[in-house]
Amino acid sequence: MGFITATVPGPGSPNVTAHMRTFFAIAVSGFRRYATYRQATVAAAVTNSMFGFLRSYVLLAVTGAVGVAAGYGSAQLASYVWLGQGLIGVVMFWGWTDLADRVRTGDVVTDLQRPIHPVTSYLAADLGRAGHAVLSRFGVPVALGAIFFGLYTPTRWPTYPLFAISVVLAVVASFACRYVVNAAAFWLLDIRGLQLAWSLVSGVLSGLYFPLRFLPGWATTALWLGTPFPSILQTPIDVAVERDRPVRQVGLVALQLCWAAGMLLLARWVQGRAVHRLVIQGG
Amino acid sequence: MASPYLHLLAAQARSQLSYRASFALDLFGNVVTLGADLLAVLILFRVTPLLGGFTIAEELLIFALAATAFALADLAVGNIERIRLYVRIGLLDALLVRPLGVLPQLLVVDFGLRRAGRVVYAAVLLAGALVYAQVDWTPGRVALAIVAPISGAVLFSAIFVAGATVAFWWIESGELANALTYGGRDFTAYPVNVYSGWFRRVFAFGAGFAFVAYYPALVLLGRPDPLGLPTGLGWASPAVAGVAAAVAAFVWRTGVRQYRSTGS
Repeated sequence: MGFITATVPGPGSPNVTAHMRTFFAIAVSGFRRYATYRQATVAAAVTNSMFGFLRSYVLLAVTGAVGVAAGYGSAQLASYVWLGQGLIGVVMFWGWTDLADRVRTGDVVTDLQRPIHPVTSYLAADLGRAGHAVLSRFGVPVALGAIFFGLYTPTRWPTYPLFAISVVLAVVASFACRYVVNAAAFWLLDIRGLQLAWSLVSGVLSGLYFPLRFLPGWATTALWLGTPFPSILQTPIDVAVERDRPVRQVGLVALQLCWAAGMLLLARWVQGRAVHRLVIQGG
Repeated sequence: MASPYLHLLAAQARSQLSYRASFALDLFGNVVTLGADLLAVLILFRVTPLLGGFTIAEELLIFALAATAFALADLAVGNIERIRLYVRIGLLDALLVRPLGVLPQLLVVDFGLRRAGRVVYAAVLLAGALVYAQVDWTPGRVALAIVAPISGAVLFSAIFVAGATVAFWWIESGELANALTYGGRDFTAYPVNVYSGWFRRVFAFGAGFAFVAYYPALVLLGRPDPLGLPTGLGWASPAVAGVAAAVAAFVWRTGVRQYRSTGS
């Protein structure tokens, strides 16, 4: 079904449903593409689970006899680790170089000729990929965490839909950041160094290695307001473990929405500049 | 006999050093990676004064011993990970027909000189941690401070080789081996008594990870083992590493013997 709809509607088409259908078709193709990488998915889930065990034991040792660290109880910290390990594959911190590879090989020209903005089409594909990851890579670590450590069960029902929204926003924010990093290839061609910097910074500052609230209060606030990183991982997890009161919980998701939208706009802007650049190069 | 390997090694070093900016960037990136791990440890101690009963100075010694052992192993055999690629594209066949050992060839052909930065960094960290932990030096402890990281490196190397061998059976093994190698690095960086149950039994004693940093650190610090085992176990590190190396060699030979080309 993918190739029929992807070519039909033009950019000037007023038909919103046609646009929606295109977006959906691309998302489905993203889902199906990742559904074929079966062995890699299994291997990744095993690795994520291994690190889930390691981090759980270390963080639970931090709570010590008191059973509380930086406002998290033991069950909340266990959830923190295992939800984080499950979400790694969903938000996909590492290993996305599709755009940069296509810039280097020149294939990106095809993307630019499509009747849909490249940021939009890549976003659709990425949401499809994330959908597959929710089904495959999120479930295994979370189930293992529940069996071996016991996870925190939310006490307020609105937490569940809020978590779902937060995960979608996290994927969008992560995608937009990755897009900007990849788009640097229009200028640099080889972005390995930048990619390395991204994977490091995003891991540490998003709360993958330790909850950001372990940091001094001012640093946590500065990171949350001033960088998109906490919106990629820390926010959905904090929402799920009900670290804050409902008002603050909603506030964090609203902040996440701002970052997701802001980074998408930045991605579009960078893409616009990049196209000019590409024309000047005569590519 | 070693000279063809030396020639290959020198050629690799020359070729990697010729891309100066790229080499410097890789070197820098490798050092920063270690900095992030260290940062995580320091942050944990912001929240708690003791981790599994160990102070920050004692934990840093464990962390530094593990980091040095892993960095040495990664420099020596870390590029074995690329065997997946070699098996898939059939390049391994070319190595098999040459009159040289397959394993040494693999290691030399892709020798990652940029990983040397990590070794230097980890060694400096270890020296600092030894001073900070105020080790009460005896000739035995001096010897152990040198022998332990090397034994740990041999153990990690054995894990790297055994893990990479999976590619002979399961070509798209992906990052499966990482769970043991990088997972092992993280496991050894913390006191073994923070883990529990089957997880501790399997990885601390089954895979031998407790002998990389934890038991040697106990000997250096003169602390009894919270798990109740004799502290002298720190001296068993070379023996454990030797057994691991023998097992890895056996697994490797079995893998090479039953290797069938992908035929592509």
